[in-house]
Amino acid sequence: MADPTRIRASMQGDKVLVRVLMTHEMESGQRKDADGKIIPAHFIREVSVRHNGRPVLAAQWGPAVSKNPFLQFAFVGGKPGDRLQVSWVDSKGDTRIDETAIS
Amino acid sequence: MRFHRRTILKLSGAATLASMAGALRPRAAVAQGWNQTAFSGKSLDDIVKALGGDGYTRTTAVSWGATPDIAENGAAVQVSITSTLPKTEAIAVVIEKNPGPLAAHFDVPSGTEAAIVTRFKMAQTSNVHAVVKADGKYFVSTREIRVTFGGCG
Repeated sequence: MADPTRIRASMQGDKVLVRVLMTHEMESGQRKDADGKIIPAHFIREVSVRHNGRPVLAAQWGPAVSKNPFLQFAFVGGKPGDRLQVSWVDSKGDTRIDETAIS
Repeated sequence: MRFHRRTILKLSGAATLASMAGALRPRAAVAQGWNQTAFSGKSLDDIVKALGGDGYTRTTAVSWGATPDIAENGAAVQVSITSTLPKTEAIAVVIEKNPGPLAAHFDVPSGTEAAIVTRFKMAQTSNVHAVVKADGKYFVSTREIRVTFGGCG
């Protein structure tokens, strides 16, 4: 399993600002190794962010998202202490789920 | 220690199942998993069609925030897209000259701001399109980002 996702969720007025940094190679499938063989694509395909279980963002990604993906967005209806969960599934079926409390 | 480890394993297993079940259900209403057709699309028109659009309208109701005009490093170009179109439901990013132009698609439920910041790889200088679905219709805003050092090689 991949390294943990770093999540920051903090109140900005009545909004919750979410900043996420995932750990993933996001291999594009375009690069070649030293022998000239194509390195197979391996990237996060689906991302889901939930606030107390309710989806606040769902993403589908292609291999053009940068290595160690960064994501920022905001939603209303959260308060300090609420749970925010970030999960992803990549093109090999690997998955990772991380959680934080809103501050 | 052993008990602790087992508890963690059990909890993470349960969490995986719960989230997988959850991830499948609500998204089925919006999109069905990963949209292979859209991610294989080679042109903006193909991609909009694969996302479910019947053509699109140009819009000025999209702002690009701190998105750079010139990116020195194509490996991580930070793109910021904000839609002020009422009832924005989804935002997609299409990088015209990348090998796979559709870079990302975001479902934006009500309560979430129609504003996304993410970093992308860009093979070369290209038009970047923000495709916004609002009130069931598709809108496009385009911006050229110049890349001095490509990020796909």
